[in-house]
Amino acid sequence: MEILQHLSDGFLIALQPLNLGVVILGVVVGLFIGAMPGLGSVNGVAILLPMTFLVPPTAAIMFLAAIYYGAMYGGAISSIMLGIPGASTAVATTFDGRPLAIKGQADKALTAAALASFFGGTLSIMLFTGFAPALATIALDFGDPEIFALMLLAFATFIGLSGDDIPKTIFSICIGLVFSAVGLDIMSGEPRLIFFDIIGFMHGINFLVLAIGIYGIGEMLWTIEITRGESSMSKAVITVERILVNLKELLKTWKTGVMSSVLGFFVGILPAAGATPGSLMAYGVAKMTSRNPEDFGKGEIAGVVAPEAANNAASTGSMLPMLTLGIPGSPTTAILLGGMVIWGLVPGPRLFIDETEFVWGLIASLYAANFFAVVINILFIPLFLWMLKMPFTVLAPIIFVLSLVGGYAPTQDMHDVWLMLMFGVGGYLMRKLDYPLAPAVLAIVLGPIAEPALRQSLLIANGDASVFVTRPIAGPITIVALVLLVLPLLKLIRDRVWKRKLL
Amino acid sequence: MSIARRGMLALVGALGIGAVAASAPGVAQAWEPQKPVEFVIMAGQGGGADKMARLMQTVIEKNGWSSKPLTPINKPGGSGAEALVHLKTKGGSDPDHTIMVTLNSFYTTPLRQPGLGVDIATFTPIARMAEDTFLLWVHKDSGITNIEEFVVAAKEAGNDWVMAGTGKLQEDQLLTDFLNAAYGLNMKYVPYKGGGKVAKQLAGQHANSTVNNPSEQEGFYASGDTVPLAAFTPDRLELFPDAPTFRELGQDFVYFMQRSVVGAPGMSDEAAAYYRELFQKVYESEDWQAYRKKKSLYGDFLSDQALMDYWMTEREIHKAMLSEMGAL
Repeated sequence: MEILQHLSDGFLIALQPLNLGVVILGVVVGLFIGAMPGLGSVNGVAILLPMTFLVPPTAAIMFLAAIYYGAMYGGAISSIMLGIPGASTAVATTFDGRPLAIKGQADKALTAAALASFFGGTLSIMLFTGFAPALATIALDFGDPEIFALMLLAFATFIGLSGDDIPKTIFSICIGLVFSAVGLDIMSGEPRLIFFDIIGFMHGINFLVLAIGIYGIGEMLWTIEITRGESSMSKAVITVERILVNLKELLKTWKTGVMSSVLGFFVGILPAAGATPGSLMAYGVAKMTSRNPEDFGKGEIAGVVAPEAANNAASTGSMLPMLTLGIPGSPTTAILLGGMVIWGLVPGPRLFIDETEFVWGLIASLYAANFFAVVINILFIPLFLWMLKMPFTVLAPIIFVLSLVGGYAPTQDMHDVWLMLMFGVGGYLMRKLDYPLAPAVLAIVLGPIAEPALRQSLLIANGDASVFVTRPIAGPITIVALVLLVLPLLKLIRDRVWKRKLL
Repeated sequence: MSIARRGMLALVGALGIGAVAASAPGVAQAWEPQKPVEFVIMAGQGGGADKMARLMQTVIEKNGWSSKPLTPINKPGGSGAEALVHLKTKGGSDPDHTIMVTLNSFYTTPLRQPGLGVDIATFTPIARMAEDTFLLWVHKDSGITNIEEFVVAAKEAGNDWVMAGTGKLQEDQLLTDFLNAAYGLNMKYVPYKGGGKVAKQLAGQHANSTVNNPSEQEGFYASGDTVPLAAFTPDRLELFPDAPTFRELGQDFVYFMQRSVVGAPGMSDEAAAYYRELFQKVYESEDWQAYRKKKSLYGDFLSDQALMDYWMTEREIHKAMLSEMGAL
């Protein structure tokens, strides 16, 4: 009851004209920042942070949080429309969103993305509202062994997918892991894999460079090849009737939505993870638990719902450790945290007690931001579809330019642009040879989290690997991960033996 | 007519003189940036250095002190190696529009990676904005309340005592080595990426102790989860009056993290003067002073040759510490 009292007070604050205005403005700005490849919520929040000093702190954080939210919605747009991940958090959305658009069902994918985002966002804010302080302590209980176990589980969900070629999946993961190892090794303090002493490798390989290379440039090459320049893109239309049909189909994915939201929220809470791993893991789990996993990657609606619900849920989740522990759960919240410090707020366990008005105003504004984001997003869908009607001969150069900009924007280094072009060609070739590319992207996202966690755990445990199975939280997660890893291998062996017997 | 014309002439003359007069005081520092200034941050987004850099940028923008915007770019790669090389390269092409926020890896990274060919003595000193402080922290559930109890507990645990810190062979490890040597301990140093993560390790009791900055621990300190035992400062910190300094405890050891602004090598004197004045204004601003007080920062404003002298002294100190650790 006390929570509801706080929440209604919060709504009174969030619905003040100034606050409501900044929320709507933030959502619109975020939507476009998210839709621009390479620019994600991190860039948006960082660029606009100094502007927020024109308004009081409560309005300022509402504005930035609305941008964060809007960007989560917007990221899906270019993932679906152009096949270029609009933001790092929307990489997994390209896996199925793009095939849907090619099949002429862009309207379905866009609607699904918007509604799944809304669902994931709202569900996670409810979890946030109800259990924030309690969940904060869980986040603290996650030490290195637990984080590594969780990462292991994420890899397992990708290997343990029936239908894919397992050796090729493992190969793809290994390539991604090697790329993720480039740069400074924090455990030894030494630079690692600095190819040809090129200084650009010092900052490591930004995974957006890999993702935009593979999905932007690689996808463009692939489309040019399969259509021989003749294709005009999908002929998607949007009518009320179609929306209703789409909605019916969407309702069938509610289980995926719930699962992904909870998973995304939880991954978001853990420091170091954030929305990108959350959405990739949700995709993996959705595929694994699906009745028709072989449709994933070919335009399965649940493959859009899962990452979109998860990334919005995770973005809410990552605000939890920021507010309650002063630890950012994602790069974007790290900047939000910087903002709070400048506004004179001390994030930490006492924030909920000392600054109730600020905290509950923010929570209420998240509900509002979510509502406006979904409405604005759906209103824009016809415009996006109209853009899709451009012939591919026009669209391809646009994709190319946006990819270049997207590769340059995060680090502002030409080195990354060249690297991205190479990944594009490499990704295209791997695709021709039928290698799955999503696992490589997953590995480059999770590698930098998993590797230090593994080494820190072993260092603390004096090299005793049993910490991963003996600790109360890490143990069960590790065991589930190992089972998932071993099952498909057993199945593979069984199938081989079976075949031999038949011969 | 002629009067009117004369009037016009007088007006034009006055305007002309006015224009000259307006620019006259500027002669000494006529230089102004011609395009956006690249504001390199030698650390990742969200870290201590990043937060301060964004605060400086905000103060400048809020007050409209710069005709061209400062555009922050994070270059955390290779413990700042990437940022240093970037600044050095910019020194060849556009030294007047590149400045950087720097910290102690400014000394250690060029020492540890001589292959970079970076000599910080060639860089342009702009301003030292602050020095951040370090304290020794433990979790309240450990029951440790002073340094004697800490030494007893850490001795007993031996190599199983986990000290979490930021990065390998950087500030936190230097301090850990000092503690190990001074008190005959054998603590295990485990590196993490970023002070926030280190603070969390202690709050979740995954580590036994840390040497965090106040700003990294203040949330947990406020809630009573973590306890500062002693400070690596010359005097007790206002925020933590109960934590004695190591000097009081008989160990003559003081260590700070610099928060300075440095310009590209080869920057023109005019541009350097412009940035020095700009950052002096930031330093004297109410916002910055309030922030310094709140985070109990040390270190007065230093500029020009005084700052370069400070760097050279610090570089020697770090060189000595690193060679003692066998890292050079």
